[in-house]
Amino acid sequence: MSSNYEERDSGFGFEREYERAGGMGGRGGSRRMQRRKICRFCIEKVDLIDFKDVRLLQSYVPERGKILPRRISGMCASHQRLLAEAIKRARNIALLPYAAD
Amino acid sequence: MADKRTYEIVFIVDPGADDAEVMKLSEAVQKIITDQGGTITKIDMWGRRQLAYEINHQKEGSYVLLEVEGSGAEIAELERRMRVNDRILRYMTIRVDLDRRRAQKFKDRRARKAAQRPLKGKAKEAAAEIEAEIAE
Repeated sequence: MSSNYEERDSGFGFEREYERAGGMGGRGGSRRMQRRKICRFCIEKVDLIDFKDVRLLQSYVPERGKILPRRISGMCASHQRLLAEAIKRARNIALLPYAAD
Repeated sequence: MADKRTYEIVFIVDPGADDAEVMKLSEAVQKIITDQGGTITKIDMWGRRQLAYEINHQKEGSYVLLEVEGSGAEIAELERRMRVNDRILRYMTIRVDLDRRRAQKFKDRRARKAAQRPLKGKAKEAAAEIEAEIAE
């Protein structure tokens, strides 16, 4: 009867960046500082992203419930694909929302 | 089609069902699978859990996870049964053996590459010393 997959309330800190990236428009001139992007999954050598790992997936699903785009998280293409698939599976069995609010 | 396939089945039972009923349901599911020639390799009861969205006006449900090995025929039968059972809010079956094999392949490749990689830094110096000693 154990539940290994506890929820985590706060994300990975991507969420704030996501919003800022959207709100930076308007002001022309100096370009936004480009931070070097690294794929967390490549560093940790993750080969399989499990749809049951809600805590992990949640950090890539901002408040609204959308999948965090690659341009924000800096993930590599192959890991983004695995992640997207896992998130969609998790949505199907109501571990993650399709849309929040 | 002779090869064994591995599936992961997750289903959500109505929150109105108590532990005993969830148990009974999962036993019924296991029986269907074994009757059809499949084998169960893992059972995991997550217990009651909040749903991320309402299903049939329910806000929570009991999750059960099964891992099954078989040909695929038992999955068809099981899904048919689950569809008509109104105590099961939702089910999902995922074939996992291909993904796992793929992950294993990457893992193996990495291990092979690591073995081939030339030594660096201190390890290289140590290797050179040993070689020098042998040469003397």
